[in-house]
Amino acid sequence: MDWNITAGRPVYIQLVEQMELALVNGTFSPGSKIPPVRELAAEAGVNPNTMQRALQELESRGLLQAQRTAGRTVTADAAALAALRYKRASGVAAEFLHQMRALGLDRAEIEALLRQMAEGGDRNAGNGDV
Amino acid sequence: MQETVMYEAKNLYKRYGSRAALKGVNFAVSSGKLVGLLGPNGSGKTTLLKISAGLLTATGGCVLIGGRQPGVYTKCITSYLPDRMALPTEMRAADAVDLYADFYTDFDAVKARAMLADLHIEAKSPIGAMSKGTREKMQLCLTMSRNAKLYLLDEPLGGVDPAAREYILQTILRNYSEEAALVLSTHLIGDIERALDEVIFLQEGTVLRQVGVDSLREETGKSVDEYFREVYKC
Repeated sequence: MDWNITAGRPVYIQLVEQMELALVNGTFSPGSKIPPVRELAAEAGVNPNTMQRALQELESRGLLQAQRTAGRTVTADAAALAALRYKRASGVAAEFLHQMRALGLDRAEIEALLRQMAEGGDRNAGNGDV
Repeated sequence: MQETVMYEAKNLYKRYGSRAALKGVNFAVSSGKLVGLLGPNGSGKTTLLKISAGLLTATGGCVLIGGRQPGVYTKCITSYLPDRMALPTEMRAADAVDLYADFYTDFDAVKARAMLADLHIEAKSPIGAMSKGTREKMQLCLTMSRNAKLYLLDEPLGGVDPAAREYILQTILRNYSEEAALVLSTHLIGDIERALDEVIFLQEGTVLRQVGVDSLREETGKSVDEYFREVYKC
């Protein structure tokens, strides 16, 4: 998967966010085994202890499960993944509305704009940053 | 979790004639940690690493590696990358691998050859004919191919191009063991900070601060790189 660690914010928080995304979009499918910590850390170019901390955070929230033998799997609980998806989407929507209001658009204008963009299809799609 | 201290400095002093390079350095680094040693030119980074590698003697205080002062034992468990080329230039890459295999019982020659091949360094090429960056890459391969308890890397990325830097960083992340500690000095903070647990800031021969990378980011809202530029502003 593609990792993008930026300056200024704790690395582990960024790892949690990007792992969440990978769980929601099926990069790691429900119930499947995820790569070992060390592998994920090397891929992201981050410290293994930091990656471990991020995975433990996801584990404590029930999104990942530690297996007795070794390694971790993605939760098979579809409701938990759906809730996560909804939470992340709500965050993006709130941020979008905030920015639209900052630009001075009212509710009707925002709705109209959204419809127009949606009908325009992928051409107008953003860069996918969440 | 219980952390074992692998590498520490206690009130370490070093004088070069009348000039003090280290003025009471104190820190401790635990096993399993990757630590950046940061500081402007002349802050004492190389001096500290040289004392730790047993190449210089301290004027006062001490360095302890696995609880012991630098000597034969600590050299057995410490893999040190000097800040300049230490191998004879008439040697070939393959000879250097053989030399390390002869010198160090913890050296993994198979791993070293594989890393050299990954970085397209020909076994037959003489060191004297290599570019500065290639020499650095080769030395780093040799240093990281030891199964040491402590790795001390003095400016390992300086002369290396960004693509190779990425490979080297991944190599370090994949290869260092949980029982080992790794300390590296660097000016390329932005390239490497996300790979580090902690950073130690040196200033004029003392430790200004030792802090976790994420703790610092949380506290300041800045990257370590940005923080460094602020603290050491000229």
